[in-house]
Amino acid sequence: MTDATLGTTPVASSDELESPARRALRRLFRHKGAVVGLIVIATFTVLAVFAPLIVPYDPIATSWTAVRKPPSALHWFGTDDLGRDIFARVIYGARASLTAGAISVGIALGIGVPFGLLSGYRGGFIDALISRITDAMLACPFLILAIALAAFLGPSLGNAMIAIGVSRMPVFVRLTRGQVMSVKVEDYVEAARAMGNPRWRIALFHILPNIMPALLVQATLSIAAAIIAEAALSFLGLGQQPPAPSWGSMLNAAQRFLTNAPWMALWPGFAIFLVVLSFNLVGDGLRDALDPRER
Amino acid sequence: MLSFLAKRLVQLIPTLFFVSILIFSLQQLLPGDPALVMAGEERDPNVIAQIRQQYRLDQPIPVQYIYWVKGVLSGDFGESLRIKVPVRELIAQKLPVTLQLASMAILIAFLIGIPTGIVSAVKKGTLWDYGANLFALWGISTPNFWLGIMLIFLFSIELGWLPASGYVPLSENWRASLASTIMPAFVLGNAIAAILMRHTRSAMLQVLESDYVRTARAKGLSERSVILKHAMRNALTPVITLGALELGELLSGAVLTEQIFSIPGFGKLIVDAVFNRDYAVVQGVVLVTATIYIALNLIADIAYILVNPRLRA
Repeated sequence: MTDATLGTTPVASSDELESPARRALRRLFRHKGAVVGLIVIATFTVLAVFAPLIVPYDPIATSWTAVRKPPSALHWFGTDDLGRDIFARVIYGARASLTAGAISVGIALGIGVPFGLLSGYRGGFIDALISRITDAMLACPFLILAIALAAFLGPSLGNAMIAIGVSRMPVFVRLTRGQVMSVKVEDYVEAARAMGNPRWRIALFHILPNIMPALLVQATLSIAAAIIAEAALSFLGLGQQPPAPSWGSMLNAAQRFLTNAPWMALWPGFAIFLVVLSFNLVGDGLRDALDPRER
Repeated sequence: MLSFLAKRLVQLIPTLFFVSILIFSLQQLLPGDPALVMAGEERDPNVIAQIRQQYRLDQPIPVQYIYWVKGVLSGDFGESLRIKVPVRELIAQKLPVTLQLASMAILIAFLIGIPTGIVSAVKKGTLWDYGANLFALWGISTPNFWLGIMLIFLFSIELGWLPASGYVPLSENWRASLASTIMPAFVLGNAIAAILMRHTRSAMLQVLESDYVRTARAKGLSERSVILKHAMRNALTPVITLGALELGELLSGAVLTEQIFSIPGFGKLIVDAVFNRDYAVVQGVVLVTATIYIALNLIADIAYILVNPRLRA
């Protein structure tokens, strides 16, 4: 016999009483892959922030007596062609990669979301104009556009982050626009409009919070793509400049010593793989946790 | 169908216009005076003035853009500042090399990605499925330049089976050509295989739950026949069109792969041009890449409609 037949008010389940954010978080923590990913990202972040306290070697100090030494108790990951400790460089290199991932996606979000909101909410000529510019940017493959921009801006980590952020931006314009188009016809947006709220207020306080889940998933996956792109630009000499450590530039140097010092290539590449894998796992977990169909 | 094609072609015009603006604007991002950059070490004011006149840098920017577009439309992408060869010729030389690499990569991606995706969907929840999903995560997360370096270490340095670098044209010696391109093609195809696997898996899972597959099973058809003849045919349609789009992405991946394996293709051309500040070449390569990408998008859309009878009306 159901509650309805007894004439009582149906009792809301604990799932319905929970706030959406708390529910998403609970489901994210049930996703084993995402939890592993979060642990790895947190570990790398802590290592990067507290690198001077953890790492016993200076990442840029050369030592001619320790050139290309294989991994040992003294140098866990071995040393490079200039006698620098690879473990120290991998840990300090995490700073460049994680910063580049976060800042370039911040740039992409900071430009892409407002334009996407404007395009999706206003419609008409502005929408057509922004959409065509987005199409044009998406027509240039991401890495080629980032390389071209970085080349024209000049080689440095800062310019690489700008180049990656600008190249990634159209993805967020398109995603935000699509999400706004589907949300703006909802009753609560109509209600906000009927109450006389100005357009900017509706866009910022009624639409934006409701499209955040999709943006969050895309941002997490984009950090993974941005970390690979930063490593790629540094590998080509367009990102972090030597002697400052970066995983991409370490791989570039390692390429020349593959025959007699393969460990030089192993660890920075493995670090990129591990961090990118972790962001992809968290992104997949977030997608499942925020998907309303999975409730 | 014809009206759809006409509509899509009309939509391409503003996209191509903005692509041209974007690529032309790249040159405006150059720090300082472009004429000084082009002059290099040369500081003679007469030479700089001549460069300014030759490249119409003394004209207003909109006028410069119109001249540039006129040139591009007539197939004139300018001249390489470093080797004084028309950019069009350089592109014509390098593009076939990258296209060979990209075709091999897409073939490898289909050969790995589609069977893995099918097995993963058919054996959902088993060890096969977990294995396939792990493969996909590995493929998406591995930087292709690291994979390339590791493969060179294993197959060229340790085992000595394949050449570490260089390129032999297909027309010269097909065996040597395959040997020189199989590793880079695998590196390029690996990530695409992972993406195709994920799409194949989700498309197959959707199709396997549909009514017509249930009917085919109810008719008593063997599971093999249901999967290969009924489910696969419908599930693979969107996956194959996706493959066409990924071919565009391969041009991007080729930049690093060609650099690592010293293959004289399109990717290596743009990197060399970047370091030589050969901006006409950079602009030409980005423009051609974008045009190929737009064309592939159009072909994918048309293919999708051609194979989907419901959309043809």
